[in-house]
Amino acid sequence: MMKPRIILDSKHFEITVTRLCYQLIEVHNDFSKTVIIGLQPRGIYLAKRIQKKLQEILKKKDIKCGSLDTTFYRDDFRQKELVPNATLIDFIIEWKNVILVDDVLFTGRTIRAGLDAMLAFGRPNDVELLVLIDRRLSRHLPIQAKYIGKIIDSIASEKVKVEWKETDGADKVTLLSND
Amino acid sequence: MTKLSTKHLLGIKELTADDINLILTTAESFKEVINRPIKKVPSLRDITIANLFFENSTRTKLSFELAEKRLSADVVNFSSASSSVKKGETLIDTVNNILAMKVDMVVMRHPNPGAAVFLSKHIDAKIVNAGDGAHEHPTQALLDAFSIKEKLGNIKGKKIAIIGDVLHSRVALSNIFCLQKLGAEVMVCGPTTLMPKYIHSLGVKVEHNLRKALEWCDVANMLRIQLERQDIKYFPSLREYTMLFGLNKELLDSLTKKIIVMHPGPINRGVEITSDVADGSQSIILEQVENGVAVRMAVLFLLAGRA
Repeated sequence: MMKPRIILDSKHFEITVTRLCYQLIEVHNDFSKTVIIGLQPRGIYLAKRIQKKLQEILKKKDIKCGSLDTTFYRDDFRQKELVPNATLIDFIIEWKNVILVDDVLFTGRTIRAGLDAMLAFGRPNDVELLVLIDRRLSRHLPIQAKYIGKIIDSIASEKVKVEWKETDGADKVTLLSND
Repeated sequence: MTKLSTKHLLGIKELTADDINLILTTAESFKEVINRPIKKVPSLRDITIANLFFENSTRTKLSFELAEKRLSADVVNFSSASSSVKKGETLIDTVNNILAMKVDMVVMRHPNPGAAVFLSKHIDAKIVNAGDGAHEHPTQALLDAFSIKEKLGNIKGKKIAIIGDVLHSRVALSNIFCLQKLGAEVMVCGPTTLMPKYIHSLGVKVEHNLRKALEWCDVANMLRIQLERQDIKYFPSLREYTMLFGLNKELLDSLTKKIIVMHPGPINRGVEITSDVADGSQSIILEQVENGVAVRMAVLFLLAGRA
């Protein structure tokens, strides 16, 4: 049976997202040369949340945020059944600084596919990775995030579930383990 | 629903409504892909596809080939005119020889109805039917459905009239199956001689008056008169056919609502449809062609994903 353990409750969730935003501002100033791209399906919620928060903090309305689907670039297509989601990038990423956003960094394979998928839209100046949860012990590829909400040590059979106010009723991160 | 219920695409008849919806949803993603600056994705880079065309084709062949290339598949082309088929080689021998060269999927057009089904029973590769005689042309029906859905938002409850040479049309049969499975009402319209005998068993309305059919429908799919398949005279003259069943601007403008005009191509301009209608604002003929690539990418992608 899966036993849930709360990693982030809604209060800490909010604090974490706010901290990530200030870390981004430290590096990217007013975001005039920076865009945010959330990875489908679950990274887009974090990307949109960060976009909204940045717009509040910086008091500007034009922070660009897109969504990118990685299905056609995955290496486990044919092993898993995958259904593509929408890709919407209505801005130019050429010579921009791109912040790739996903909810959980696990094996790194989604990010690898995401990097490939993103290059179909042009050559960015610089790409950084932001994740809410970094499961640091389970990487299959040499991929690390620059901005991390929370690092957790978990084994592969455990599951991290990120829930969002918009779709699940509350902001929450839980760890489900098999025992 | 993330998986097709079938290993091959032999006809729409074998698909479920879920299969069709999965293909259409996946095609939406591919339509976005083919409008990117870089139109190619690496999904099928380990797959080799043979396009076997035993009958002439421009659109379908090009469309499949582009779809395959944009999925990064390796492609080999074959057309019967320049092959050993002319020396008397059988279909199974031809295909087995091609498969011996390690081909994973076969896209085939053949003049004989049932050729794709026959092949699927004897060959260990995934088969996509690109038209078999007057039987089925599943990817055309799927791209037609995609185009209607894109234009009208939904297919359920919509009224679609298929007009012209229904008897010789694989597009008509596949469209009827596809649209009915998606919940549309279908009418066929044409001269009695160009209606198949079994047409009533398909659950479609039959109309012989073009104006009545057009007044009824939301979408008119104009079929080509297939003179090459007409072994006997089915109507007195092309001119008479055009007068009774040809769609022209005057007729289209006199209707009480604005309908959508489709045509699977190739067009006999001035026969079943006049140029000003085919190139006019209500026509989505070129959108159909664009959507064809996206829909075929979806079909190949989903079939390749099936173990």
